[in-house]
Amino acid sequence: MKASLQRLAERAESEGLIDVAYATIDSPFGPLLIAATTKGLVRVNLPTYDPEKTLEELAARVSPRVLEAPGRLDDARRELDLYFEGKLTEFDLPIDWQLTDGFRKKVQRAINRIPYGQTRSYTDMARSAGNERAVRAAGTACGSNPIPIVVPCHRVLRSGGGLGGYGGGLPMKEALLKLEGVL
Amino acid sequence: MPPFQNLLDEHAADVMAVLRGAVGRTDAEDCFQETFLAALRAYPDLSDAANLRGWLLTIAHRKAIDHHRANGRRPLPVAELAEIEVNDPEPDDGVWALVGALPPKQRAAVTLRYACDLPHAQIAAALDCSPEAARRSLHEGMKRLRKELA
Repeated sequence: MKASLQRLAERAESEGLIDVAYATIDSPFGPLLIAATTKGLVRVNLPTYDPEKTLEELAARVSPRVLEAPGRLDDARRELDLYFEGKLTEFDLPIDWQLTDGFRKKVQRAINRIPYGQTRSYTDMARSAGNERAVRAAGTACGSNPIPIVVPCHRVLRSGGGLGGYGGGLPMKEALLKLEGVL
Repeated sequence: MPPFQNLLDEHAADVMAVLRGAVGRTDAEDCFQETFLAALRAYPDLSDAANLRGWLLTIAHRKAIDHHRANGRRPLPVAELAEIEVNDPEPDDGVWALVGALPPKQRAAVTLRYACDLPHAQIAAALDCSPEAARRSLHEGMKRLRKELA
């Protein structure tokens, strides 16, 4: 049965029938579910959030043609593996931003430009997105980042130097910052 | 609609079992691929998630019938029996071998009714015929089985 399902995923991919392909990969923090459309990486699900729910959300918001088809995620898997080993400082993956929009999207795109090993404050992010006073909205945008790790919202901290929040839990945020040599 | 992967996780084994019963183990693989590719093509336009299993089995049986048509309607020996959960704790393999030897329409009707537990209306949809014709195929198939077993 496993071989049949694998063949099916490959055929479906070659016939353009998979709108959202996903794979589950190992990380030092537990399993990560990563999903991509044909445009690029659309979702990274941290171990703190139920992957089944994430798949249902993808089915509702992108397309119900959601299939486990790891082939499409090979590059993302390889880059994430290297990143966790400390051997990769910049992701080179196409990103599909369709799960975000408006001000949130501006903030998340700004987050995506924060270099490895550096941090910014929520105020910085509000300013980068064009509204310095929308600090709280910038915080919400960080918290609703659909593509954490790759879009490095862990590099955004409180102005006073506090860690702020993190969807994957503060220990994970701390570990990522340590990995990047910030802490 | 649930993620398509859920349909695979929940029903792929049943679909494969039914196809093995309908076309034999060797050809079941091709029909299985055709079934799920067709389902994937149609899935975004599907509006009712109430009976996805019945929907998949319906497609599977259309593919099995296509397969038999392509093979000139000759009755095929069934190499392997369907691995299907039935109420009988010990399904009688001999019976399913006889089911496998029935003409395609009767075989499909019997398998859909007793292995997949589909109602007549859905068997009719799967076989692309009227409920009355489905009932007749089922009846003829059962009559033949009873005779063979007598």
